[in-house]
Amino acid sequence: MQTVKHITWLRWYPVWSRNMHVWRKLIGPALLGNIGEPLLYLVALGYGLGSFLGQKIEGLEYVVFLASGLVCSSAMNTASFEGMYSAYTRMAVQDTWIGMLTAPLTIRDIIVAEVIWAGTKSVISVTSILLVAAAMGLVSDAMAILVLPLGWLVGACFGSMALVMTSVAKNYDFFLYYFTLLVTPMLLLSGVFFPITGMPEAVQVGAKILPLYHALALMRPLMLGQVPTDILLHVAVLVLYILVAMPIAIHLISRRLLR
Amino acid sequence: MNTTKPTDSVVNIKALCKSYAGQRVVDDIDLQVQRGECFGLLGPNGAGKTTTLRMMLGMTPVDSGELKLLGQLISPRSHQIRQRIGVVPQMDNLDPDFSVIENLLTYASYFNLSGKAVSQRIQDLLEFAHLTQKADAQIDSLSGGMKRRLTLARALINDPELLILDEPTTGLDPQARQHIWQRLRELRHSGHTLILTTHYMEEAQRLCDRIAIMDHGKVIVQGSPQELIETHTEPHVIEVMGEDVERWQQQFLPNNLLRLEMLGESLFIYTEDEKPVIEELCKSNHQDFIHRRANLEDVFLKMTGRDLRE
Repeated sequence: MQTVKHITWLRWYPVWSRNMHVWRKLIGPALLGNIGEPLLYLVALGYGLGSFLGQKIEGLEYVVFLASGLVCSSAMNTASFEGMYSAYTRMAVQDTWIGMLTAPLTIRDIIVAEVIWAGTKSVISVTSILLVAAAMGLVSDAMAILVLPLGWLVGACFGSMALVMTSVAKNYDFFLYYFTLLVTPMLLLSGVFFPITGMPEAVQVGAKILPLYHALALMRPLMLGQVPTDILLHVAVLVLYILVAMPIAIHLISRRLLR
Repeated sequence: MNTTKPTDSVVNIKALCKSYAGQRVVDDIDLQVQRGECFGLLGPNGAGKTTTLRMMLGMTPVDSGELKLLGQLISPRSHQIRQRIGVVPQMDNLDPDFSVIENLLTYASYFNLSGKAVSQRIQDLLEFAHLTQKADAQIDSLSGGMKRRLTLARALINDPELLILDEPTTGLDPQARQHIWQRLRELRHSGHTLILTTHYMEEAQRLCDRIAIMDHGKVIVQGSPQELIETHTEPHVIEVMGEDVERWQQQFLPNNLLRLEMLGESLFIYTEDEKPVIEELCKSNHQDFIHRRANLEDVFLKMTGRDLRE
């Protein structure tokens, strides 16, 4: 049997493919979670809470405003969960990565694959919500399709950050620090549920340092068929988070597994 | 199958060292493994066996010394060499979400292997591991022995020249162990080089052409099992059991010219000539004893002591 040398820049592919294969096996509950949760939020908050507002938000019906926010936050949540709980399971519980390391793969291959995979999961999740929102008549412009590639970038960004947490985690409980101190504040204070323009200055500055704000600044206009402003700046922030977090994750996980 | 000359060394280790937190776990070891050989690495827990294997795979950075595998210097960046190596790890890390055959297919993809050749290879390996009937079974439903056989089949997916096995039969029942031994013998006969660690002296004695006993990070002795038994221990062992062993020893073996070891309520007598001892045992009417040939376990216990290792 012929053994073929890997093409270096494609070595992430079998690892990504393995994760995809596992996801396809568990597709039922995965899709239910992806569709069910945003649907509940849209109905409960969008129509329920929205009916009490009596005014438009940034010129939009509340449920439309919320739909674009949820697309973004779901990209964050999905990639964060994948990069922490699922990646930790593969690293520390099932020894999946150790198995890959006894094949001719490296930690870099694995982490690159995990980041690409976290982005992929976010695209799946963004797609589900987009379909739900479209079915509810909340998407009016075909340009909304552009949130899919953007969803990948947002997922890769939060996936990279999550993998840094995984690299130092001793157990699953550790991830609660990250969720409580970073993910939940971002979810509530970056503009998913309401514009942050009314918040204290310090909160606004804080939000602008973190990636979710920039993800929203890109996604919300796209959902409405508008061209976002400061595209380069927002994309650069998301890319910067990947470029910083991913090498840190590779370094720390190498130190952890290749002792 | 192998194009290199049959006598070259597959593993070449010189003055290899590794420390964790200032403690030497591998301390200046030299080892050579020849092509086609089955080589056993023995030693109590914490002797440095697994660390040595991990260094061979480039999964643990080397502190100092030289480590060559298949003619290449090994470093944490030499992952390409693993294209030619098969690994059976100490802990099973099969993918629990996949069936037997999916595990093999997925693992093949890590070697960039796919297509018809792999399907055929997987069929052959399933047969080799006696898992053809279980091809579509989930991992959870397999017995410990089946999982081990699948891990062995998985390690062979890339048709490796060298197979590294870390405690391949730990935790298996005797039937399952025999089964694995048979597979390993077949591999050895088909020209593979095997390196294994084990706690079972019987396993090492049956399978290995040569062994090295490690303790406290050092290689204490190396040689064929027979050589080691002949060189390092007396040929006969008499195990005397019973509560009154000590009294019996003081009474009947007062001039202690023999090598004696007490372990619990058993007295081990090592001797060149077993007859006088057996006569003495019969005369004194002490029935509870066994006479046997010395084996690798006697060498091992002599070299590493009888203290418990945790």
